[in-house]
Amino acid sequence: MTKNNKFKNFLNEIPQNLFSGFVVSLIALPLGFGLALASGAPPISGIIAAVVGGSIVAIIGGSNVTITGPGNGLVVVILGAITTLGAGDMSQGFLYTLAAIVISGAIMVILGFLRLGSLGDFFPSSAIQGMLAAIGIGIFAKQFHVMLGNANAKGSIVQLLLQVPNGIINYVSTNSTSVLWAGMVGIISLLIMVFYGKIRNKYFQLIPAPMWIVMLCIGLHYYFNLFSVNQYPIDQALLINLPNDVLSNFAFPDFGKVYQLDFISAVISITLIASIESLLSIKAVDKLDSLKRRSNVNKDIRALGIATMVSGFLGGLNVVTVIARSSVNVNNKGSNRSANFFHASFLVAFILLFASQLRKIPLPALAAILVFTGYKLASPENIKKVFKIGKEQLIIFLITLLTTISTNLITGIIIGIVATFVAHVIINKDILLFVTNIFKPNVLMFKEDDKYYVSVKNFSSFLNYTKLKSKIDQIPENEDAIIDFSMCDFVDHSVMENLNDYAEGFKRKGGHFEIIGLDNYNAGSEHPFALRKNTGITTIEENINLTKRQKSLQNVANELTWNYTPTKTIEEIIELPHFGYFKTRQIKKVSNVLSNESCELFDVEFHEGELFAKQIIKATMLYINIDQKVPDFTLDKEGFFEYIYHFTGYKDISIENHPDFSKRFYLSGKDVGAIKTFFTNELVLFFESNKYYHIEANNKGLLIIGRERLAGVKEIKALADYGIRLMPLICEKYRVVAV
Amino acid sequence: MTKKILIGLAFSPNLKANLHEGIRTANMFDAELITVHVGKKDATKEKDLQNILKEAPTLQKNLKTIWEEGDPVTVILKTCVAERIDLLIIGALQKENLYKYYVGSIARKLTRKAPCSVFLLIKPSVERVPCKHIVVNGLEDEKTPETIKYAFDAANNLGCKRVTIVEEIRPTELDVKVSDDKTLKEATLNKERIEQREDLRVRSILKDINTNDIIVKTQSIFGKRGYSIGHYAKVKRADLLVMNKPQKTGVLDRIFPHDLEHILSELPTDVLIVK
Repeated sequence: MTKNNKFKNFLNEIPQNLFSGFVVSLIALPLGFGLALASGAPPISGIIAAVVGGSIVAIIGGSNVTITGPGNGLVVVILGAITTLGAGDMSQGFLYTLAAIVISGAIMVILGFLRLGSLGDFFPSSAIQGMLAAIGIGIFAKQFHVMLGNANAKGSIVQLLLQVPNGIINYVSTNSTSVLWAGMVGIISLLIMVFYGKIRNKYFQLIPAPMWIVMLCIGLHYYFNLFSVNQYPIDQALLINLPNDVLSNFAFPDFGKVYQLDFISAVISITLIASIESLLSIKAVDKLDSLKRRSNVNKDIRALGIATMVSGFLGGLNVVTVIARSSVNVNNKGSNRSANFFHASFLVAFILLFASQLRKIPLPALAAILVFTGYKLASPENIKKVFKIGKEQLIIFLITLLTTISTNLITGIIIGIVATFVAHVIINKDILLFVTNIFKPNVLMFKEDDKYYVSVKNFSSFLNYTKLKSKIDQIPENEDAIIDFSMCDFVDHSVMENLNDYAEGFKRKGGHFEIIGLDNYNAGSEHPFALRKNTGITTIEENINLTKRQKSLQNVANELTWNYTPTKTIEEIIELPHFGYFKTRQIKKVSNVLSNESCELFDVEFHEGELFAKQIIKATMLYINIDQKVPDFTLDKEGFFEYIYHFTGYKDISIENHPDFSKRFYLSGKDVGAIKTFFTNELVLFFESNKYYHIEANNKGLLIIGRERLAGVKEIKALADYGIRLMPLICEKYRVVAV
Repeated sequence: MTKKILIGLAFSPNLKANLHEGIRTANMFDAELITVHVGKKDATKEKDLQNILKEAPTLQKNLKTIWEEGDPVTVILKTCVAERIDLLIIGALQKENLYKYYVGSIARKLTRKAPCSVFLLIKPSVERVPCKHIVVNGLEDEKTPETIKYAFDAANNLGCKRVTIVEEIRPTELDVKVSDDKTLKEATLNKERIEQREDLRVRSILKDINTNDIIVKTQSIFGKRGYSIGHYAKVKRADLLVMNKPQKTGVLDRIFPHDLEHILSELPTDVLIVK
């Protein structure tokens, strides 16, 4: 696309981005206030973060449809920082925290320049889930009290949670009208949040739920102002406090505590959470992008860092990429970064035009929005999901969750990482596997037959996932990729989950991404993301958990109306050992059999050599059973000597009138005459015009072999198709000869 | 080129297999074989050896047997220099454990210090295992043409019909870091260009080599240099891996292993390191 064209496109898309930005700003306004309040910071600081973030990241960012602003994850960390750094004085604490925010922004810029966006991959996904749930619980615990009109509840997360029943009793028995009204607004707001999604009315859905809450609050205020004889019943202390002149009253960071330990740990927590939240969101939003673009993560992190620094200097919170607002943006057809910019501009307009109305929003209404967000982060459904993946994941999740709640985020995530590692060691009963191999470059990639082939050795877990990722990232998503784990002893849940994301990405962009070599693995559960350990032996149980490949094979079988059996005993394919190919190779196991009356397509595992020289090989082959007698022969592409040593002594048979065929293929066998009559014009043409396979025939049937490795689903389909088309050629011909 | 071959023998269960391999290799190169036994010479050992030799194929050239006591590494290295050996055969273990990795086994020390080419056998056997596929490195190095020539020599001698020349492409050569669609496109184009360039380079080396009857394939791989070629050899189930001898390996290289050290820590198959 030329530059001119791009600009034209950009102009054409402005209206839709303008609209999308507007809708997002409707959510960003109440959320900005709410998140700032929940963090213990002045409400305007959340809006500053959104405005600064929206404009700076829109200009220099590396992603396309993300929205940036204050984030959920940081609420708990910032609140903690303000409380500890202020030592009782919240407003002084806020100034110190601003300094921490500025420095964390600088660190993010450095991380971006060092291309350390991949650092996020070192966190095991169950531990991250646990940490996010802990953040959710933290938000919920504090905001629940605010929602009921009690803005002064204090204590640790656990204490606040224990106070919840008391809080409800206190509210019911309150005699203050202000608290009563405030609590009612809070509860109604929560109900709006909960039921918003269930009301499927086009006009109602035009305005996002948080904005409904804001509008209802302002409406309530106008009702009391204009129609009611009573005063607005909610006390000033329970309303949002905005500075009188929004444009001049910027708080400025206080760098007085830079060298203190508290400060440093605050900076680390803020940076950690800001990066993780942003990285997760950027990745998630890329999946939503209708134009299937890939974000430049490091560039985005850099932009977020710069935006955070500016925001901090102006008295605003951290700028991170936020998933909820970004998805609203995508749903409203936001198509480029201008939507983010427009969202910021609308926020500025709202604050300047409606400051006096916004001052009437009661805190409980905003708290209700956050209670809902907190619940979402820690919802029981999330826990169920984790449990489905595996028991060990639930344990990791709970350990991280409980440590985070009872100590702090940094300790929580570190314990989570350690717990994950310990779990992996226990599952494998082998620590050496990890210790000896952790620094080894375990991933090999090469391109063969226009397919990218990636082989992974030793083990693949969150510890060395970046190595795998950097290779896969180099594969264009519209190509074919095969990831082979057959040399790998252990694959963990984080890797499986990430690979699944890749598979989706490839599917979206028209490529093909396939994982092979996991069929021998013992999975903890039937969830596709469950970690997998190579057992070496196959369990012949009824209810073994099928791998994704096996499930795809099942589907292929259904499509072809063939039968599929995951495991089979060798005796069932007795013909196999009669083939020359298997004369020197001992068959160990046949599995994943796709079959109809005359064809059998299967994975076979066999030994080559013995003792020291023993090698175990797995390959996919097709066997066609032919009732009539076929002359013994082997057919190979000219030059593929590896297959034919068992037939040495026989010469290349050339078929008359087909010099090209004779030149390209190496055909050998005992009974030259029979072979020559067997190879009719049609058959020769078929072999010439199709993909090359090694073919061996004996009086029992045909054995067709592609490469000497397991085939991907696409290759299996091709092989089956080849067999189906070859069948009639051979049988028909035989009928003619028989007559 | 290879006139004298040395094999160090210990009286282990592998003795017979090692000796058979040694004789076969010597015959293959039409070279003299020198066996070194570290330890005391006594009648029973001598007898054992004679028995094994009786069963072994006959050696076309001379066999010289040396008995010497002392530290195996020093003895063998000394003999290498004294006898002006061209190729040293070492039987190795397929996988070394952590302890050995850092202390360094005899095989590792020998490989590192040997003044000649080294042939590491992971699976010595009495019967000949046919060699069907040789993988050789094609990286840009002044020694590479010699190594490739050596590989084809070996292929001809072993009756091997397939040689794959592997060019390991380092990420730094790509010049672009993949971070979004645009850089991915650039990187892919770059990759193709590098692959073509490497191919051309290897082809120019091949011009001077007789490759009749041998299927030659060039393959670019992406991975850690010196290690991924082993991984590739394993994936492709090659029977022999031929590599350059790296410039030098010091203490630092053992702590931050690369090239040879990686291969040594996880031998994928028989490895021939060409000096």
